[in-house]
Amino acid sequence: MEAMTPVKEGDVTSPPIRPSPDLLERTRAMGEASAAACYGCKKCSNGCPLTFAMDLHPYQVVRYVQLGLWQRLKNCRTIWICASCHTCLTRCPNQVDLPRLMDVLKQMVLAEGAPVSEERVLLFHRLFLDEVLKRGKVFEGGLMGRYLFKTDGPFSPAARKNAVLGWQMFKRGRIKLLPQGTRDRRWLKALRRAGQGGGS
Amino acid sequence: MRAVGFYPGCSLEATARDYMESVKGAAELLDLELVEVPDWNCCGASAAHSLDHRASLNLAARNLALAQKGPQPVVVPCALCFNRLKAGQHELAGGRELLLPEIKAMGADFAAPEIVELNTFLTSPRMIDLAEAGKKRDLTGLRPAVYYGCQGQRPPAVTGHPAHENPMGIDRLLRALGAEVVDWPFKTDCCGASHAIARPDLVHALVGRLYERALERGANCLVTGCQMCQANLDMYQEEIAAGLQREVYLPVFYFTELLGLALGHQQTNAWLGRHMVSPARLLEQSGLNL
Repeated sequence: MEAMTPVKEGDVTSPPIRPSPDLLERTRAMGEASAAACYGCKKCSNGCPLTFAMDLHPYQVVRYVQLGLWQRLKNCRTIWICASCHTCLTRCPNQVDLPRLMDVLKQMVLAEGAPVSEERVLLFHRLFLDEVLKRGKVFEGGLMGRYLFKTDGPFSPAARKNAVLGWQMFKRGRIKLLPQGTRDRRWLKALRRAGQGGGS
Repeated sequence: MRAVGFYPGCSLEATARDYMESVKGAAELLDLELVEVPDWNCCGASAAHSLDHRASLNLAARNLALAQKGPQPVVVPCALCFNRLKAGQHELAGGRELLLPEIKAMGADFAAPEIVELNTFLTSPRMIDLAEAGKKRDLTGLRPAVYYGCQGQRPPAVTGHPAHENPMGIDRLLRALGAEVVDWPFKTDCCGASHAIARPDLVHALVGRLYERALERGANCLVTGCQMCQANLDMYQEEIAAGLQREVYLPVFYFTELLGLALGHQQTNAWLGRHMVSPARLLEQSGLNL
């Protein structure tokens, strides 16, 4: 038998994976069962416009779900970078609903309280959803202001740049100064209550 | 005059005011009465489906219940709102377990409203005939690359779009109006949508690709039927061009604005004046100045 040569750093084969059906079960319980149907053709990843910014390719996300590798998935950027453009699902020969799977994984990360790799993406989603659940409609000006305040701060270069852009928009009559909402708002209270705990 | 339902969505009440005004203008020109869905709410957009599936479904369900009351079809100018309403219908056909009692009590047949993306509705053969009949001038000199984006087409099982990889509606309309529409392969590629705020770098990379391919094909403007696409293509053009190290001058029209231009709507100039990239130079070169 050939003598084993020592492997170089970065070339180490990972320890054997012990597949577990756990993640398939959990995603199915959250209403997304299609991951099991993937046979690894990678059409999703070939057509994805955002792979350049992802740390896992979309097919790897599905594969890791199949294998139950939660530790590798929960910190990944990919689930937050996906823009839900639906190119993958549209071309998938097995109708694996990747955008929905990415959403389910995001919600699992949040339910676990695990750190989120793309904090700004999460923050924007949170502030947007807060707006919707408060008034029933989104007030774009308020949303942008709150987002900038919580990220770069009101006196940052980013805020200055956005102020310039905001002024350009204002001059063109595209900034509304007061928020609007739905007239009926009783249903919103019920929706906020249902969402506590992360939704499903 | 024919009455149709109308679900404008939040952006059209503010940052996409140019789109709203031109949609109303196009409706006047084509003898349509837009009847707004009473007390409609936000579709929840990416935020709701990313963070709270139940909220996303209930937001769609309430809109569908309200949309059922008015004239049909219900036309939707925003691609994402359209997608969320259709996705809601798709899911509700399989069950209503996630609906709140308050929403369920609206007692609606959620499958009943006929939800149609505005650009699909306004580019039917009949509408194109109407537009052509009302044409005051040809859009000669405009070489648009039409950019449809993602959410109006995909996934086709939800949207019902008959040509999701190569939509042609706006292309046909603009050809009928005399524009020299260019064929290009990035019609339905993603612009990055709401990442514009949290990850503008991603939007710049995606939009940069769109500019380069449109210019390669000889386009001198872009045309969209979605205010998210329009914003991403129009608002950061100077910055993205600097990153590409080339000059980019591609005014980004709504298809409804070009309807106004060709059919002679008096307000067209005001709509176009709200853009960041002014189309004045292009229109002057094409002899289309107002």
